[in-house]
Amino acid sequence: MAQDSAPCTIRAPVPLQLGDGKSELGRPGVYVIDVTFPKPLIVNEISFKNFYTAFLTVRIQQRSSTHPRNKRWRTCVRDLQLMPNPHTEDSAQEYVSLHENQMLCATDHVISMRLFLRQPSPVWTTFSIEDLQINPNGRQRPQKGFSWWLNHLPPKEQLRSLSKSLPNPERVSSEVQQMWVLTEVMRSNQSSASVGRFDVDGCYDMNLLSYT
Amino acid sequence: MLGEEEELSVSIAHIVQKLKGSALHCQLEKEARKCLLSTDIKLETLKEDIREFLKSSGWEKKLQNAVYRELTVLPAPCHPAAPAEHIKEPLAYMRRAQASWEKRVLKSLNSMCTELNIPLARKRPAEEQKELLNKWNEMGTEEPDLTLFRPVYAPKDFLEVLINLRNPNYDTDQTSFRANLGLIQVPLKMKDIPELREFFGELNLNTGQLGVDDSTPVPPEMFENEHLRIGKKILEEHDSAAAQQYVRQGCPTALRAELWALILNISDQPEDILYYEQLKSNVIQHDLLSDSLIYKDVKLTASNDDYYFVFEDYLYQVLLCFSRDTSVLEHFAYNSATPPKSYIRGKLGVEEFAVVYPPNGVIPFHGFSMYVAPLCFLYPEPARLYQVFREMYVRFFFRLHSISSHISGIMSLCLLFENLLQTHLPQLFYHLREIGAQPLRISFKWMVRAFSGYLATDQLLLLWDRILGYNSLEILAVLAAAVFAFRAMNLMEVTSLAAAEAVLADISTLKVMPLLQIFLFATVT
Repeated sequence: MAQDSAPCTIRAPVPLQLGDGKSELGRPGVYVIDVTFPKPLIVNEISFKNFYTAFLTVRIQQRSSTHPRNKRWRTCVRDLQLMPNPHTEDSAQEYVSLHENQMLCATDHVISMRLFLRQPSPVWTTFSIEDLQINPNGRQRPQKGFSWWLNHLPPKEQLRSLSKSLPNPERVSSEVQQMWVLTEVMRSNQSSASVGRFDVDGCYDMNLLSYT
Repeated sequence: MLGEEEELSVSIAHIVQKLKGSALHCQLEKEARKCLLSTDIKLETLKEDIREFLKSSGWEKKLQNAVYRELTVLPAPCHPAAPAEHIKEPLAYMRRAQASWEKRVLKSLNSMCTELNIPLARKRPAEEQKELLNKWNEMGTEEPDLTLFRPVYAPKDFLEVLINLRNPNYDTDQTSFRANLGLIQVPLKMKDIPELREFFGELNLNTGQLGVDDSTPVPPEMFENEHLRIGKKILEEHDSAAAQQYVRQGCPTALRAELWALILNISDQPEDILYYEQLKSNVIQHDLLSDSLIYKDVKLTASNDDYYFVFEDYLYQVLLCFSRDTSVLEHFAYNSATPPKSYIRGKLGVEEFAVVYPPNGVIPFHGFSMYVAPLCFLYPEPARLYQVFREMYVRFFFRLHSISSHISGIMSLCLLFENLLQTHLPQLFYHLREIGAQPLRISFKWMVRAFSGYLATDQLLLLWDRILGYNSLEILAVLAAAVFAFRAMNLMEVTSLAAAEAVLADISTLKVMPLLQIFLFATVT
């Protein structure tokens, strides 16, 4: 899934623990995950699938736009409760997205990010977050009225070289637009009604059930 | 976690999509077109005028009820990245447990096929079709030899699966104090007594209740008459939401059939009868192995029941049609179960020839027909009876035999029952546990069948009023615990599981509403 999100390096979670971690009886209640970005970016959305993490704090390191040498850490999410009751299953495996409006500070010029996962309840053997993505492209606000292919148009140079052998682009575009409107109309008229048939071409003879 | 606005628009989009294919959409369109001919509609204010017309002609109410129906069954809006299986059941280990349970059921069905050497499904020869058609209304007189068939599973087998279910990420071996004293070991969040009191607020001692305040010593002027009047008014208004609120205090017997149909948004349209006839013709055309399971189940349960044996023929009709109804498949979007799959004979592995078996995806188990039986008291016409049952199934009953973490799921009900009993009656719980009579072993069968076949019919209907009213099955667990509390004195004296079972063998004399009220509101904890 990494190709869908902003490029970044996600380090393995590091437990916060006293002692060497092996001889200790207690399990760590905090894990820290470091994320670094190859170039500064604006963090619009952080999304992940929770796995028994009760609270989440996110700190970001920002590079000052005026003095690139200056870097500072700020907290953009503080103790966000992911599980309403840390001892029970509710929301323990939920999908979560954090948006700008949930962040405590501006999130531009971010060069690295640190996530603090906390689980105060000792009943869980382990906890983490999965599928961490920063600004996943998959579900950025869909631009209304544009089909996906409009976003995938080839660069200008290619278009120019093709234009000689192709018909008038304006005409094509108007025709394509009409077709597009038609498909949109068809799609919006599509109903979910089923005809209620369970047989295939009138045949519903079978011997055994399939396990797959 | 979605923003509120986003959640709302997702729900709206979902409902619009759903209603677009419905008969209601067609009717609305037709009515709107018809009203264009009337002189009240002006071109300048076309939109408003049509809206006004739909409102005054009662169509808006119908639309409202349809939207309300979708809202009640709609699963809570989910994160857009969540896959479909996550909506069915958010916890991965529960999904796995359900899948392996299904596999067991499939295996058992397959081995029955192989042993008896009969196909899962076949087309009936014309002669047989004709015969069945003639016998449609008296299928009970048929006595096919079913000795070789056995129910695919019984509630007892299912209970064993629930008992053995563990969360692999839950640490139980380290310390025993965390382990539950009951049988269910899954750390789900349950409502405690104060939360239940709030949730079931209308059942409190100061609110009038049918099932309590309509008993003989209470004069009807006190509550009954007024309640009946309001009920009639709601039926006139034709408002699902109001009806749902109303039945929390119980349905007057005379209005129950209509009120339930209103809550479940079941209309009396000619096309519904047509739909039922279509299902019937499907039954006539194809013979399924699951039909024999239904026969067997009805013979074993409802036909032996003092209240329900008269409905035997109805039960066959409804259940056979139900098994052919592909619209039931829609509920698998929010049910943790997955319908069994098969391939048309000779086309194994070819995806175009993959079919769901049985066509509705539900394999009946021992006691399944008891979900239909009580409804037979309310609806004499099979088409209507069928619709009400189907809606009850896709809203409630499917939760009683699939493994899920849903608050109304059987897993949660078991845990809620054990928690309530432990909090309310720790001594009783401890005693029963010590003598090897875990309370859940006794109460499980009641809950799986939603008490159908265990309570007297009038009491059962009063209980189901509350299921519909609160859109939740939790009341089943509360009642199960209340029954134990009521018989606590006798249970404290027993010394074996068999004796405990004997004490609770007949609960058909119990009055549901007083038990619930006392347990929830009149016991100091």
